[in-house]
Amino acid sequence: MSLSATKFVHPITTPPTSRSSDKPLFSTFFGSNHTKLRFNKPIVAAQRRSSSAASTSFSPVVAVSSDVVKEKKLKSASNLLITKEEGLVLYEDMILGRFFEDMCAQMYYRGKMFGFVHLYNGQEAVSTGFIKLLKKEDYVVSTYRDHVHALSKGVPAREVMSELFGKATGCCRGQGGSMHMFSKEYNLLGGFAFIGEGIPVATGAAFSSKYRREVLKEPGADEVTLAFFGDGTCNNGQFYECLNMAALWKLPIVFVVENNLWAIGMSHLRATSDPQIWKKGPAFGMPGVHVDGMDVLKVREVAKEAIERARRGEGPTLVECETYRFRGHSLADPDELRDPAEKAHYAGRDPITAFKKYLFDNKLASEQELKAIDKKIDELLDDAVEFADESPLPPRSQLLENVFADPKGFGIGADGKYRCEDPKFTQGTAHV
Amino acid sequence: MERDPRVCVMGEDVGHYGGSYKVTKGLAEKYGDLRVLDTPIAENSFTGMGIGAAMTGLRPIVEGMNMGFLLLAFNQISNNCGMLHYTSGGQFTIPIVIRGPGGVGRQLGAEHSQRLESYFQSIPGIQMVACSTPYNAKGLMKAAIRSENPVILFEHVLLYNLKERIPDEEYVLSLEEAEMVRPGEHVTILTYSRMRYHVMQAAKTLVNKGYDPEVIDIRSLKPFDLYTIGCSVKKTHRVLIVEECMRTGGIGASLTAAITENFHDYLDAPIVCLSSQDVPTPYAGTLEEWTVVQPAQIVTAVEQLCQ
Repeated sequence: MSLSATKFVHPITTPPTSRSSDKPLFSTFFGSNHTKLRFNKPIVAAQRRSSSAASTSFSPVVAVSSDVVKEKKLKSASNLLITKEEGLVLYEDMILGRFFEDMCAQMYYRGKMFGFVHLYNGQEAVSTGFIKLLKKEDYVVSTYRDHVHALSKGVPAREVMSELFGKATGCCRGQGGSMHMFSKEYNLLGGFAFIGEGIPVATGAAFSSKYRREVLKEPGADEVTLAFFGDGTCNNGQFYECLNMAALWKLPIVFVVENNLWAIGMSHLRATSDPQIWKKGPAFGMPGVHVDGMDVLKVREVAKEAIERARRGEGPTLVECETYRFRGHSLADPDELRDPAEKAHYAGRDPITAFKKYLFDNKLASEQELKAIDKKIDELLDDAVEFADESPLPPRSQLLENVFADPKGFGIGADGKYRCEDPKFTQGTAHV
Repeated sequence: MERDPRVCVMGEDVGHYGGSYKVTKGLAEKYGDLRVLDTPIAENSFTGMGIGAAMTGLRPIVEGMNMGFLLLAFNQISNNCGMLHYTSGGQFTIPIVIRGPGGVGRQLGAEHSQRLESYFQSIPGIQMVACSTPYNAKGLMKAAIRSENPVILFEHVLLYNLKERIPDEEYVLSLEEAEMVRPGEHVTILTYSRMRYHVMQAAKTLVNKGYDPEVIDIRSLKPFDLYTIGCSVKKTHRVLIVEECMRTGGIGASLTAAITENFHDYLDAPIVCLSSQDVPTPYAGTLEEWTVVQPAQIVTAVEQLCQ
């Protein structure tokens, strides 16, 4: 493969070299000299992690990685990881995510949606694999690529679509937008535009959970928090600070890295001294796991263990999901830097196609059943778009409404009364 | 903390050490290590953690060991603390209190002598208050904890040793009200935090010289109590602002604008604003003294204003 002539970076097709860093592979490649991530060979674990591992010692690392379409090697006698019902739920959730994002792209180019919109196509296995295992009371914290996390957590498609159209019926009354999806009912704590700023919030939710259990002694307070973020975030201070605190206090949180290898136009390898993110878990005293994020069942297997571990009170886990986004970083990204060969490689590992094949091969579902689900989702989305289209835009009076939970925060006016007591205040006609 | 088990404290050295200025002394022994949480040195993350905890049902009080350290938490304070209630369409409240000692001390050097109120004042969705006496410190702290809004409470490094007799029974002050310190007729002096004491010192001199200044401790830095301030301006027609912020973009600058907008007709003279010099606070004692407003300057300013 050519060196400096090409402007494409090949994070996965470089053959593994020796670990020495004396001679960089590319003369113009200013990035990690570590051996490239080997996605076609499983990384051998030192020892299997058990649930009774001593709490004070570093847990040994387990890394799971393999190709999607190869048959999964299961250690137990039962052949299948899921039942038919579970399979259909997973399929429907991934289809919902995929179709929704495709609809978003359509709506954006038709001028119904604005600003920065970041689509999740290709990463559905991570969202479905993790979030479908959660209870309603568990918390999810996401980033700006949050539409599908919201949908997986249960936020109705209508409300998400309305929010994207900027209508008053959106889940955040149109005030948040694509990057700020929140739902108190479904415990989705956002939607954050700056990378990394959601991780401390997730840590706080996990802290709340532990506080409720140990200080307030609430029975059954075992909510787990999932924090989703990308590979770029893993070079950010907040990530490390929270890994430390979560491990220190054994908070019930799972840090899920959606490593799609690219931060807008910055390849993960050009930004990270040691690109194997899962290794950073043990450095803080928590297990670090690498999983094939294009395979929903593998993700689900790892997620189950991590979530149960947190629920038992044993502390956090760092899970690195190798995944890929089929579209650009956002709808404004021309996506010219990524090598078409790389894109083709991952397109061939589309999680939905692979899961469909699994369902067929294991006789869990028929073509008709899956087509029925496809149709159902199509109709759901048409309804969501119609709902969003017909919903009203937020009125002027909404502008000042949610600035403060207690509107006394606007202060006392010159007439001696609290400004918020003026009936015309939220219309904006009262002097601000 | 006794009244509401959801109230908790987090910050550096707040627990076993009792706080760098002993504000949380004894609390960890009484309430345990989880309610009075000693955090690692990670301001941005533990402030964010406090915000996440506030969103999910707790009422945390986050301490910046020195207010200046909260510059590292600016991301969380601006984006999350101030804005999440709004961007979530009102779904999540953030009843957090962020507090700590700030202001110019005794030769603490530039970075430990910062006045963050001027940096934070534009953030929508937060309230800012500054306490200045033991009485209003307790009352404002209680009000801040009980408020559903995020509140930043500014304490001052040099005011921790003040002693005052305060009521035994419970009292809570209003976060949005200013405090009338000394009623008067000739000039309105608006101040807050430590400068209140410089103003009162100057007031003694002024009274001896025959002036009658009205001194108001504005307490609420955001929003301003336009009623108390307005009534005073309508009475005296002259305004002097004495603050410890730097001149550029400080609280005084905003206050000047607010008074001009609302009470322009009542002013007989332009508003005078005495602020600290726009310099990093020097270490040398003499230089530091010239950085902040001294009583003699206040006296001179009033005399000029009242000509």
